[in-house]
Amino acid sequence: MSNATIEKTAPRTYHDYAQPLWRRVLLTREMAVVVALIAVYIVAAIAVPNFSAPITITYLLLDVAAILFIALPMTMIIITGEIDLSVASVVGLSSVMFGITYQAGIPIPFCILISLVIGAIAGFINGFLITVVGLPSLAVTIGTLALFRGLAVGFLGTTAVTGFPDTWSDLATSTIPGTPIPSIMVIFVVLLILFALLLHATPFGRGVFAIGQSSEAARFSGVRVERTKMKLFILSGILAALAGVYYTLRYGSARGDNATGMELGVIAAVLLGGVSIFGGRGALHGVIAGVLLIGTLASALRLANVTSDVINIITGTLLVFSVVSPSFFAWARSKWARSRGKRGSGSATLAADPPAITQPDDTPSNNK
Amino acid sequence: MSTTSAPGSGQGTALRLDGVAKSFGPVIALKSASLDMLPGSIHALIGENGAGKSTLVKIIAGLYQRDSGVFEYQGNVVDFSNTAQSKDAGIAVIYQEPTLFPDLSVTENIFMGRQPTGSLGRIDRKAMRATVRDLFSQLGVNIDPDRPTRGLSIADQQIIEIAKAISLDARVLIMDEPTAALSGVEVDRLFKVARGLRDEGRALLFISHRFDEVFALCDTVTVMRDGEYVATSAIAETTVEEMVHQMVGREVATLFPKEPAEIGDEVLKVSNLTEPGVFHDVSFSVRSGEIVALAGLVGAGRSEIAQAIFGVDNYESGTVTINGKSVRKHDPARAMDLGIALVPEDRRKQGVVLDSSVARNITLAIRKTLTKAGLLWPAAENQAASHWAGRLEVKTNALDTTVGTLSGGNQQKVVLAKWLATNPSLLIVDEPTRGIDIGTKSEVHRDLSRLAGQGLAIIMISSELPEVLGMADRVLVVHEGRITAEIDRADATPESVMFAATHSKAVA
Repeated sequence: MSNATIEKTAPRTYHDYAQPLWRRVLLTREMAVVVALIAVYIVAAIAVPNFSAPITITYLLLDVAAILFIALPMTMIIITGEIDLSVASVVGLSSVMFGITYQAGIPIPFCILISLVIGAIAGFINGFLITVVGLPSLAVTIGTLALFRGLAVGFLGTTAVTGFPDTWSDLATSTIPGTPIPSIMVIFVVLLILFALLLHATPFGRGVFAIGQSSEAARFSGVRVERTKMKLFILSGILAALAGVYYTLRYGSARGDNATGMELGVIAAVLLGGVSIFGGRGALHGVIAGVLLIGTLASALRLANVTSDVINIITGTLLVFSVVSPSFFAWARSKWARSRGKRGSGSATLAADPPAITQPDDTPSNNK
Repeated sequence: MSTTSAPGSGQGTALRLDGVAKSFGPVIALKSASLDMLPGSIHALIGENGAGKSTLVKIIAGLYQRDSGVFEYQGNVVDFSNTAQSKDAGIAVIYQEPTLFPDLSVTENIFMGRQPTGSLGRIDRKAMRATVRDLFSQLGVNIDPDRPTRGLSIADQQIIEIAKAISLDARVLIMDEPTAALSGVEVDRLFKVARGLRDEGRALLFISHRFDEVFALCDTVTVMRDGEYVATSAIAETTVEEMVHQMVGREVATLFPKEPAEIGDEVLKVSNLTEPGVFHDVSFSVRSGEIVALAGLVGAGRSEIAQAIFGVDNYESGTVTINGKSVRKHDPARAMDLGIALVPEDRRKQGVVLDSSVARNITLAIRKTLTKAGLLWPAAENQAASHWAGRLEVKTNALDTTVGTLSGGNQQKVVLAKWLATNPSLLIVDEPTRGIDIGTKSEVHRDLSRLAGQGLAIIMISSELPEVLGMADRVLVVHEGRITAEIDRADATPESVMFAATHSKAVA
């Protein structure tokens, strides 16, 4: 008996993508945010005095750096369908640990290391309660939000540790020579590249998306759902702690109430950047654009002497819009599709595209 | 065989269906169903899984609307467009797993949405409680009307549903496999209640897989097969053998032939696998080139056994070894590495990631093997996806098509492609052709047959007897969590498999 008897019809061939490259890259939610960022920047540069000065860029980036760090793991956590509300409290806790260890005479690199370890432990506690005990992340991290903030304030009271050595403070606030870009952005870009690869080009990242789209199907495909989430929460703790160290050095002050409320800014930016609050979709370039969009808006409005409560109202509106808009557009699209009388199947979904990718919808080649 | 008049009643029919048909896209659920229920009589409805019993119940309940045929209720043609209408008309359906509000009291559940009101529109709790007491004494049961329904047994919850139906003065009660989760005593109590309702002149429809219960309780029995009415007989005039024959009687010989394959070494060995309340002391082995079918009724524990072997479900004791290596409990990723693949029962929830693309779905299980320098390159992913999609002839234009937009059959091919890509030595397929059109179905069978020919060991769980008889080298019949019979291909007949699946004692 030989395998050659098996029917040999010409193997079916497939297009890798239904849409040409430019459509896949440009006609996305992420690109809409990037375009909005550029538009806001241009309008602000024209309309707001002093906005186009290089120093504005420096301060803008220094202000959003902590949010950028935390947004990296937060993006992945929200893509899995979970959330981490405790990040700002971890920033505070890490800031306090950094201050206390520095005060105790420990060399700064070790202070940083200890803070990062504390962040990892905080993340592990979240991860443990969520993946091992099986509690919802929303409830767990609301609890640890209070817990970690309480610990931070408890350790230092209302006092602050100040007087960090200039070499380290400068590192947090200096710019790359000859540019208005803060040096801290070098660290951020390195981390961004690592996280982008991790999310978009590794088996781990594929698992993250699969969990968000259907955690049951992911589990049935051998994705270690709980372990993946645990890793993400630990990463989130570490990055929040790193942000805490940066925050402390940037403002020269280790305090228990540092970065209070920052989690909302992070989550707003991540959602605005096109990550679905229901999990399963999102991309890092959109998130970065989302953070910068909110930062640019705030910076421009502040320069235009708009009060901070108005800025909050605008940021809040943007957040609501970013959560509502995907559902709204999906609804509008389905209306549109129905009015055209086409149901999404086979080549019908591709009908609007250039002829290059259309192909007759073959019938099965069942004949021997 | 003609409808026999039931004892104890000479009135007109309570509910009559004639030639009712229903299909969902290409899948025909009911071809021609007929049923004639009389007041003051208990009517049994039996048939294999997939015979169309549930669809029929859903049409009566107003959940589905028939495509054609006659549906008469108390002498009038009716068209229920939702369940509220059938309820108002006096038809009550009691499902296997009642859906009550767990935190509300028994009384509140019975009166949900139609609480009696006293002065100032306040809810009259006293009247509610008194009515419930009357209902329970009428039914002869003893349940505290004030306790929350959380923690009540399934049997008690069913009684509450029945009490609710009676308080609405339902004339027709349909019980869909009510005894599946009940103990012996509870079954007796349910039967007593059912007989009481019959004697009050109500019409009852009793759906069950257990012949002894049908004989103990019912007056008339209607058999369905493949969405069609087969026969109605008075219980006194029929036998188990006749009913089994009516349920399965069809030509099965040539529908799904498995090509002969060389049976090789033992691949999988399962010993004494036990999870209390789910499956007990399950032991069997599968050799390469062999297709072993797990046959039995829905809920017998077959999928649970498969999921325990693959590791998505946990089990208490027992061992699983594959190619001589023991498989760790509760770790699908490890089972996958050892060469086990599971095409799960619920394709849309467990099989595919609906929102993801064809390529991402196919490469999900092998994504770790496709990396170069730790990274996944789109070219490598697409190449692998294209290869496996082509092998299974998945019908789609582009690899980035969202799987959710494909037909059920094509989704199933994507799942098969995903698992074949892992190069498994054991493939478990759970209801591989459920909800798939007939053309794709035979393609799936051809694929399975070919894979066995290439030396794969296959476990096939199927509720369709023709599929089991056509494909399997060996049939293991699972009944209430135990393997009760092992039947070789040569000895497997519809009757022998069905008999073992419905009786707790193994056939010789």
